[in-house]
Amino acid sequence: MRLEPREHTPLAARLLAPVAAVAAALALCALLVAWTGAPVLRAYGLLLEGAAGSRFALTETLTRATPLILTGLAAAVAFRAKLWNIGAEGQLYMGALAAVVLGGGMLDLPAWLLLPTVMIAGAAAGGATLLGPAVLKVRFGVDEVVTTLLLNFIVLLLVSMLLEGALKDPMGMGWPQSAPVVEAAELPKLVERTRLHTGLLVALGLSALLWLIDTRSIWGYENRAVGANPRAAAFAGMPVTRVMLRTALLSGGLAGLAGVIEVCGLKGYLTLDLSPGFGYSGIVVAMLAQLHPVGVVGAAVFIAGIFVGADAMSRAMPVPNYIADVLVATSLLCMLVAGLLTRYRLRRG
Amino acid sequence: MELFQTILDILVSAAFWTAVLRIATPYILGTLGELLCERAGVLNLGIEGIMTMGAMAGWMAVYQGADLWTGVLVAALCGGLMGLLHATLTVPLGLSQHVAGIGVTLLGTSLSYFVYRLVLPQASTPPTIEPFQPLALPGALAQTPMTYMALILVAVVAYVLYRTPVGLAVRMVGENPAAAEAQGLSVTAVRIGAVVAGSALMALAGAFLTLSAFNAFFFNMVNGRGWICIALVVFASWRPGKALLGAVLFAAFDALQLRLQQVAGGVLPYQLFLMMPYLLSILALVLVARRASYPRALMIPYRKGER
Amino acid sequence: MTSPPIVLRLSGITKRFGPLVANDSISLTLHKGEVLALLGENGAGKTTLMNILFGHYVADEGTIEAFGQPLPPGSPRAALAAGIGMVHQHFTLADNLSVLDNIAVGTESLWRPRSDRAAAKAKLLDLARRFGLEVRPDALVGDLSVGERQRAEILKALYRDARVLILDEPTAVLTPQESASLFDTLRLLTADGLAVVFISHKMNEVFAASDTVAVLRGGRLVATRRTAETDREELAELMVGRALKPPTPTPLEPGEPVLTLTGVTVASGHGRPLLDGVDLTVRRRQIVGIAGVSGNGQTALAELVSGLIHPDSGTMALKGEAAGNASPAEMVRRGVARIPEDRHAAGLVGAMAVWENLIAERYHDPAFQRFGLIRRGAARAYAEEVIKAFDVRCPGPDARTQLLSGGNMQKLILGRTLAHGPDLILASQPTRGLDVGAVSYVHGRLLEARAAGAGVLVISEDLDEILALADGIAVAYHGRLTPVLPHGRVSVRQLGLLMAGHWEILPEIVDAA
Repeated sequence: MRLEPREHTPLAARLLAPVAAVAAALALCALLVAWTGAPVLRAYGLLLEGAAGSRFALTETLTRATPLILTGLAAAVAFRAKLWNIGAEGQLYMGALAAVVLGGGMLDLPAWLLLPTVMIAGAAAGGATLLGPAVLKVRFGVDEVVTTLLLNFIVLLLVSMLLEGALKDPMGMGWPQSAPVVEAAELPKLVERTRLHTGLLVALGLSALLWLIDTRSIWGYENRAVGANPRAAAFAGMPVTRVMLRTALLSGGLAGLAGVIEVCGLKGYLTLDLSPGFGYSGIVVAMLAQLHPVGVVGAAVFIAGIFVGADAMSRAMPVPNYIADVLVATSLLCMLVAGLLTRYRLRRG
Repeated sequence: MELFQTILDILVSAAFWTAVLRIATPYILGTLGELLCERAGVLNLGIEGIMTMGAMAGWMAVYQGADLWTGVLVAALCGGLMGLLHATLTVPLGLSQHVAGIGVTLLGTSLSYFVYRLVLPQASTPPTIEPFQPLALPGALAQTPMTYMALILVAVVAYVLYRTPVGLAVRMVGENPAAAEAQGLSVTAVRIGAVVAGSALMALAGAFLTLSAFNAFFFNMVNGRGWICIALVVFASWRPGKALLGAVLFAAFDALQLRLQQVAGGVLPYQLFLMMPYLLSILALVLVARRASYPRALMIPYRKGER
Repeated sequence: MTSPPIVLRLSGITKRFGPLVANDSISLTLHKGEVLALLGENGAGKTTLMNILFGHYVADEGTIEAFGQPLPPGSPRAALAAGIGMVHQHFTLADNLSVLDNIAVGTESLWRPRSDRAAAKAKLLDLARRFGLEVRPDALVGDLSVGERQRAEILKALYRDARVLILDEPTAVLTPQESASLFDTLRLLTADGLAVVFISHKMNEVFAASDTVAVLRGGRLVATRRTAETDREELAELMVGRALKPPTPTPLEPGEPVLTLTGVTVASGHGRPLLDGVDLTVRRRQIVGIAGVSGNGQTALAELVSGLIHPDSGTMALKGEAAGNASPAEMVRRGVARIPEDRHAAGLVGAMAVWENLIAERYHDPAFQRFGLIRRGAARAYAEEVIKAFDVRCPGPDARTQLLSGGNMQKLILGRTLAHGPDLILASQPTRGLDVGAVSYVHGRLLEARAAGAGVLVISEDLDEILALADGIAVAYHGRLTPVLPHGRVSVRQLGLLMAGHWEILPEIVDAA
């Protein structure tokens, strides 16, 4: 058997690939669920119900999806340019850090001014965090995978240090957490009496904006060329280094914004467990979306649904909620194969 | 000056070097494993998850009543299986080694946690086992058998790579797979073999944590050690001997920072010390990146007969 | 006299790549002690056929017999075991390993606990002595010259006791003198009973080295002849299918200089500089050809004029104005049309559409963008025009570029660069890997541009191409460049000596000219 490149990938195949991948992942994980002794169909039924079975469940899923859209976009933008940013987790915390510093009362501004300021600052903090590895990559040829991964640990230690030190909430009863952001820095709720907040609209707007940039603008054109063939792009006269650094700022900025929005929209303050791995899940989101900015929204909602639904399921059954992480990881691997089959066909001989 | 004296005192103590070798062991094993994969041209970012898998599987086997060496074997087997998964995706299918590796890490980690939670749903304080004990030898030689195994494996891997036909085949597929194919070798088979063997070594690194260094399995216990191994491979220029040197050097800094943390704990936040290993790894990468003579075919999938 | 035994028999070999039929029912036989030349234009299917024989590809139809036994398809291992060895055009050697390692890999059982290097070295040195193939077993391949690498490749096959040796365009990278020494080795080999197939598109080599010649055209075997019983005219016509009429340059009076290099040195970071004190002038209405064996600074020269690298010392000027630090984008703005050496890797973005590649050098032009947004309609319309003007065969401006054939990719690059009336054209290996139709198209376009007043710098490893186009020729060796020698005042033999570094003959050539 061998792989032969397809000349054309039908749109249907591109749309079907993630569906097939998810189906395969569900089937594989059914074995694990069966191993726990729980009835598989009922378990998946509970998962679905927990994710989308009620108004409350839906808002919870969308709340969870909001940061995932942003980290998914962060990964998609970077991977497009072959910048392997695995550090969205750290960039997210840097954004959150900026949010609690500036939004915690340091700036006395009205809401309409404070919120954008905090968001821009958070994005800048996230972008700056990725800029370092990107500069090391273009300047010294240091592989960014390892540096961004290692930075995740460094950032978490930095946050931990600040939460036990300068940023520690005096009213926090000794817990390592920051003081809450002021009311003017809080994102308004989207649906009353739920946790869903307007951060979702920001994420959706950015996804649409990135799609426009990608397909219509010189920026997007340069990004695609540099991502697909940096040598040819440089030969044609495109500023490859600048494109790389720009992409790093954008990608890190999106992840940083995810941190701001989690703090200002949901948590109100910063703790060390602000993100249950949004940065890493963002990679899965981006891959399921085949790096398409609009596809990221759908993929993020799906992944969020799995996490929210699995929590509900594991409360009702003896299936550990880590099944969600297993499902997400399996989906990523299945998606890789499915993506391959849209670009190649299997041939005998 | 006082700090200098303190450091000197630490460096001459036997207890310090005992700790260094203990801390170095998982790095030695993990770096060897990654080195083997990369020498064959396959970057294995699954290392973090494979180490977690090895830590969990080895510990779980012993907890279920197996003896310690059986636990080691179980860990290696699980690591080999994860390696087979990574190899299947990246070698015959030629998928992105970056993304597949991240996927393997996510899977290895989550699967380990899932199984651990499933078997021990209520455990709030982690149950323990009776781990490997240090041999009754003087000074820094008082190490557990797994540390000695790691040191022996350095020599074995070096011998295999440089002195045997199969080692030459591994180096060849990592340098120029088309040339290897033209010499009648199966690039696919050699690469898969190297990745499986390398992943088994990574799993041993994980198993050392639960069967030798500690006596229980914790969540997040691998804690970035896998990523550091990847940096160490670059630092070692893909050579087993230098990998040993790098791991020991790194462990020495780590041990030193632990000691200094105790001495200077009141003055500086402990997180600063904990950052040191990660910062050090990045620094090492920057220093060697320019002159690194990496395997030429690293990260380049090979598809036979493609034009 | 009875003919020697048949060692190889190919019957009805057919191979398709998608819609393209690369080999169409080809049958061939090879006898012991015979040298068979496989002659054909680029794209005629020679390399594909040999890759099938060696097991890199699997034929869709047909069978191969080696020494009377059927050869299992798709397995280089089986081909090696059957005594077939192949020397690829792009050497299959690992630079970071020693010559001995490259030769010995895969020859021992993988599960032997220890490699027997002493025995391997002894066998290698013995073979080297017998066939006059001098090598250094412990040197890293990366440190070898091209000729040494080729010897290592041949030894690799002999080390495995090959009885049939396939050489794919073996002389493409050699000086004329090195080629002659290669042919001496081939005679020693056939005297020893080996059979040799060598692939070529050069007529004089066929007559210099072969007993039999098989001509391929468009994937079909059009004729097999005894070399002694045919002549150039017949072979040329068989090869091309029509009488060959290359475009002949009419002499023109060169104008003012468009490119001037003065003492340009580019360091390599280690060892010998890439370019070492290069002086060169290209004038309007003049084609200057850079001849030389690959790896003698041509790539650096091309990158310099492309704006990708800059002189460490010395100056570069365009139309008399300094351009030493110009970026690629600035070079384009200042009227330099650049045709890159490797059109797949450096010329085009295969994953993008034809129209996107066509505007790649001038997307900042207000014609193609407004407020940073791309004017897709205008860009597509422009692409349609260029496609028509340069006869690019493709489904349309939205086609993905990687689906185009090599010749059409090159036309695309010509269209991108030549459509704007350049002052200077840099053409690096402009026809490498193209079929005869595309070659004459490219040459025609370059000559047209010259007539229109452009200066042209052609860098090519194909001496015939230089001889066909250039008004003046400079030879590159070890990063240095000879003065531009007028075409017609320098013989092929002299060029060969210069390419091999025998610059002591320069004064007599310059004096004569």
